[in-house]
Amino acid sequence: MQRRVIFNGTALPLLLLAPQLAVTAVFFLWPAGVAVYQSVLQQDAWGLRTEFVGLRNFAEVFADPDWRAAAWNTALFSAAVAGLAMGAALVLAVQADKSIRGARAYRTLLIWPYAVAPAVAAVLWLFLFHPSIGLIGRALNANGIPWDTRLNGGQAMALVVLAAAWKQVSYNFIFFLAGLQAIPKSVLEAAAIDGARPVRRFWTVVFPLLSPTTFFLLVVNLVYAFFDTFGTIHALTGGGPGKATETLIYKAYVEGVQNTNLGSSAAQSVILMVIVVALTMVQFRFVERRVHY
Amino acid sequence: MSAVVHEGDRIAAATATRRRRRSGALTHAILLLGVLAVVFPIWIAVVGSTHDASTIGRGDVPLLPGAEAVENYATALTGGAGRFRSSPAALMLWNSAAMAVLIACGKISISLLSAYAVAFFSFPGRMLAFWTIFLTLMLPVEVRIIPTYQVIVDLDLFDSMAGLTVPLMASATATLLFRQFFLTVPDEVVEAAKIDGAGPLRFFRDILLPLSVTNIAALFVILFIYGWNQYLWPLLVVNDRSLETVVVGLTRMIGNGDAQNEWNVIMATAVLALLPPVAVVVVMQRWFVRGLTETEK
Amino acid sequence: MATLELSGVEKSFGATPVLHGIDLRVAEGEMIVVVGASGCGKSTLLRIVAGLEEPTAGRVRIGGRDVTALEPADRDVAMVFQNYALYPHMTVERNMAYGLRIRGLPKAEIARRVGEAAELLGIGALLGRRPRQLSGGQRQRVAMGRAIVREPALFLFDEPLSNLDARLRVQMRAEIRRLQRRLGVTSLFVTHDQTEAMTLGDRLVVMHAGHAAQVATPMEIWARPANTFVAGFIGSPSMNLLEAQLAEEGRAALLRAGPSLRFADGARPGPAGRRLLVGVRPEHLRPVAEGEGGAPLDVSLELAEPLGSESVLHGRLASGEAVTARVPGLVAGVEGALRLSIQASEAHVFDAETGARLDAVG
Repeated sequence: MQRRVIFNGTALPLLLLAPQLAVTAVFFLWPAGVAVYQSVLQQDAWGLRTEFVGLRNFAEVFADPDWRAAAWNTALFSAAVAGLAMGAALVLAVQADKSIRGARAYRTLLIWPYAVAPAVAAVLWLFLFHPSIGLIGRALNANGIPWDTRLNGGQAMALVVLAAAWKQVSYNFIFFLAGLQAIPKSVLEAAAIDGARPVRRFWTVVFPLLSPTTFFLLVVNLVYAFFDTFGTIHALTGGGPGKATETLIYKAYVEGVQNTNLGSSAAQSVILMVIVVALTMVQFRFVERRVHY
Repeated sequence: MSAVVHEGDRIAAATATRRRRRSGALTHAILLLGVLAVVFPIWIAVVGSTHDASTIGRGDVPLLPGAEAVENYATALTGGAGRFRSSPAALMLWNSAAMAVLIACGKISISLLSAYAVAFFSFPGRMLAFWTIFLTLMLPVEVRIIPTYQVIVDLDLFDSMAGLTVPLMASATATLLFRQFFLTVPDEVVEAAKIDGAGPLRFFRDILLPLSVTNIAALFVILFIYGWNQYLWPLLVVNDRSLETVVVGLTRMIGNGDAQNEWNVIMATAVLALLPPVAVVVVMQRWFVRGLTETEK
Repeated sequence: MATLELSGVEKSFGATPVLHGIDLRVAEGEMIVVVGASGCGKSTLLRIVAGLEEPTAGRVRIGGRDVTALEPADRDVAMVFQNYALYPHMTVERNMAYGLRIRGLPKAEIARRVGEAAELLGIGALLGRRPRQLSGGQRQRVAMGRAIVREPALFLFDEPLSNLDARLRVQMRAEIRRLQRRLGVTSLFVTHDQTEAMTLGDRLVVMHAGHAAQVATPMEIWARPANTFVAGFIGSPSMNLLEAQLAEEGRAALLRAGPSLRFADGARPGPAGRRLLVGVRPEHLRPVAEGEGGAPLDVSLELAEPLGSESVLHGRLASGEAVTARVPGLVAGVEGALRLSIQASEAHVFDAETGARLDAVG
């Protein structure tokens, strides 16, 4: 937790911490506190009076069919993004881990989409799948598959999932590759001498040894799908058509910025915070366990 | 007898070689497919940015670049495009770069200082400070949009570079990374410095900072990309078009995605928007991979 | 160059006492080696002198000045660490000059001192390199150089040789001794290696469980160990300690193994039957030759380790006690009985309860 050898003094460390703590207090703790505070209040229609309503805002949020739909969308979206991005990355990492010619070149070519902003990725995919000008969108329509993400909710969801997962593959790839390279060659050789063929070797030896990485990436991918894909959805579908691609974050944004229902918006924020706290705790319990190996 | 055995060995060896070669081909095929899936959307964007608007508007996006590249990029950089007339990309790129560099440098400086305090000093409130910083991990901007926006308005930081960057400068991840690194500096080096007569600030400047250079570089790559790719926050706190960042500006150009948009200029802007962070990753690949895998430990 | 004086230095980490009141006076230019097993408190003692650790009680004086409350930087000491603790990002030259630059010495003076030290240590060609480009022995020299350029009142060595391979260790040991003599700087050297201690120190401090078990010259410690701990710690293989009782009005020890050993130098105090330990170094157990005096010991041999010029024998006495002997020449047989003898003049007598040495009275 701390070094054995340290310096003395109290004023200096506090001074060193001041900038970080100031930013944290003003822009993190205070707003979070306000959100919690507002989540138990209700303003009247003219914003003149506020009264304490306990958990009523939360009850209303949970009862709201729109919110429930958004929660379902979020679950679907996150699971699809995590599954797609991790599956593709694992396949690629396993191939790139083999000693083949050009392994480094493949690696370089596969990792850079990490740098593409989610919103920019959305624009690229929109350009590909645009029903009337997109290369693939037009091809689909021309081959008798009616494709229009502005009308068909399922297609819109598929497109945001694709755009969101596309960018995340490179991140997962880097970690899977690092995980694979950390597996001692001698373990694989032992399995080979035991007579396990490559496929069996993968599922009985490699994949179990990779499970810490996999679990870690699952949490990271869920967090990414939850929070970092706001730009993807905002740029690609705007939550539509209808509310087909509206996730919890997107809904909280819409409610807060456009409709000004403070109590409800605050309650939604608090629910999201609880979700992040839960995910972070899971992640750190896991990290701790990994440290104890 | 022995000739037969040798023949059998030879056939087995040949089969094994063939199998190995076939699996090698499969490996290359899968990787090439992956590379294709990664590159294709970008290639089409690059192609789209080199044709004129009507070619694209008709829906005939070719697979090879056209001749309008210079014109399209010039339009994007200077004039903006779309019926919503975005800001010139040159300005938006400048804004994005300024924001990304300020956020990256700010996060790194603030985190270095606080990690130093937490790792090298023992003082009342140390654990409290540590957990307060740690807590910020659990409060991403997305979950506290409205109240944070309110603070920005109250502090008169709306529509300002400070409002765009300062709130994003607190960083638990960077602090944890530096703290982790500081804990690996051997005690004897600290003691040697003490005996040499270095005080805490001198030690920080002369020993710790130079030792952290690789970590700082790795983190800079990650944080530059993080800053450049910010979306929700600039959307929220900047209304002034002269402060618009390229990622937000790009999506504004699309409007509701109409086919009549000047897609060639939009794609030129998209290419410009993704070029700087991608260049940083490719050029600093070594630090990037390291920064990524270290920050997540 | 200065004296060092420790008076009543105690240290506890939390409730765990590590040092129980150490007193020590080091003369100007003297080389003191603190030796002991790991965990005996020797490193803590050194770190208290350096100012890296605060004593729980007691005073530290360097050159007559009380430095107990001073920071390491203000004590005028230089230290060589076990893992060298060089600054990895600085060249050899910068590493050596760093302490001088902090103290604001003029550039010319710094250059002169670094140049002289580099020449003294034979590392002049390495000044532009960084630590990771150096071998272990070279790093060791740089660490020494960093201490030398400071021209301190006191050199502190914290097991500086234990990371080197055996051959280099012997070479550097001699070099450190030569340098220390030549520069005449008062030095405190901590090690767990008894050979290092014996060869380097003007005097040794043998530490045991937070106490100074004995402070004396190497020869004194060898010839007259103050207690059973020191007796067992110095010398390899360890001294045999055989159970015995005081007999013949204090003039002899009756060994549990059978024979009685008549003291050569006079009577030991105490009543008959007082429980003793009689110490004999393995090399002092010799095969019995014709017409020789001393007490004969019947040993059943269990193992013989031939080392070339001599052999180490492991065996058991009639009392069941294990003994080790070092005899010249090769002993091939592994089993069998053997008769060895103890010369009274080479036996050490200790009290079995306290472990303290018992000298002849009068």
